[in-house]
Amino acid sequence: MVTPTALEAELFEVAGSVPDPELPVLTLQELGVLRSVRLGHEDAVEVELTPTYTGCPAIEAMSLDIERALHEHGVREVTVRTVLTPAWSTDDISDEGRRKLREFGIAPPRTVRDAGPVPLELGPTRTVGAAGRPCAPSAGPGTGPGAGQTAPDPVRCPLCGSADTELLSRFSSTACKALRRCLACREPFDHFKEL
Amino acid sequence: MTREAPAPTAAHTADAALALGDDALVLSHRLGELMGHAPVLEEEVALANIALDLLGQARILLSMAGDEDELAYLREERAFRNVQLVEQPNGDFAHTIARQLYFSTYQHLLYDRLAAGRSPFAGLAAKAVKEVAYHRDHAEQWTLRLGDGTETGHERMGRACTALWRFTGELFRPLDGLDLDPADLEPAWLESVGDILGRAGLAVPDGPRTGAWTAGAGREGLHTEPFGWMLAEMQHLHRSHPGATW
Repeated sequence: MVTPTALEAELFEVAGSVPDPELPVLTLQELGVLRSVRLGHEDAVEVELTPTYTGCPAIEAMSLDIERALHEHGVREVTVRTVLTPAWSTDDISDEGRRKLREFGIAPPRTVRDAGPVPLELGPTRTVGAAGRPCAPSAGPGTGPGAGQTAPDPVRCPLCGSADTELLSRFSSTACKALRRCLACREPFDHFKEL
Repeated sequence: MTREAPAPTAAHTADAALALGDDALVLSHRLGELMGHAPVLEEEVALANIALDLLGQARILLSMAGDEDELAYLREERAFRNVQLVEQPNGDFAHTIARQLYFSTYQHLLYDRLAAGRSPFAGLAAKAVKEVAYHRDHAEQWTLRLGDGTETGHERMGRACTALWRFTGELFRPLDGLDLDPADLEPAWLESVGDILGRAGLAVPDGPRTGAWTAGAGREGLHTEPFGWMLAEMQHLHRSHPGATW
């Protein structure tokens, strides 16, 4: 890893301030998909970008937006490369990004660290916050009833804050979201699911 | 634990990329056929999202083997290397789910192992394994719901699992260019699928897992009849308007 120069850091800020095409409340930096901005010879800049999902169709729009932002900042030549390693994780979303998601009506992802995808509760039908389930309101934050299991925090309704929410579908308006419903205020909402 | 696979050559890597890429591409297209036809809106969205993940994997894998568009749109049926399982028609919803269960369980085990290795597939696998975990979970939930639900659902899910069983042996045949032997994944696959079917109240099918000529040869370019029809539809636009752009 080479330490970025002051100019590279500045260009990183410029590229990082580009809004996400699908979630325009978030910048690419807050989403954590901008990996590096390097200055090559003669004003040529190479940007490394990582997709949230392998098939994320927004990556092309992101590349174009970054190119435009850097051009407007006076950079003549911009190359955006897509890199897969290390794989993006929802843990890469910044705290500020999580706050903005919540404000936008999307429940932010819970932290997964190295645990991989958070195992969703198993059951033949919809997962309702029944007694004893991790999403029951009584379950304290950060803990969980799991015996020896690291039960995830409840997904809280971004509108009323209730922890009593149910999963409607593991897949929602985009690949990165699941569809849930709040059992307190009855509103459906998107949940940026853990990856 | 297992035999040390020889260092893969570039040609072997391209062959393996083609095989795995074709699996993802063909299944993605099959799931895409359900757009506008899924039983409920949530499923429409779920299946489209799964198809999109697979399409993303296919694009990366096929690009490792050549030009992604040429490979997807200009090859004849015999040049495709996907397993026959993924080309099977959607059938009723139970068939779609049984296909998802068998394939996503396999793909999750495969990517998990590839991600831990050092082959050119490790990077993609590390990313895709997390997506496929959701695909597998989706298939598992539906298998439980249908198998352990109404009489009709139980009967149809059982029928679908049995119908596709003979296409599952092919998943574990050797594939040059990977730093693992797919046969090593088979015990875990049988255990996982058996466990889910058991919890769904469904019997593990007892028929052969490869057929005489109908199954076991997709990797060699031999496909089942429905595949030609699928390709005709998938490739029609590109072939009718060569070089056309949006």
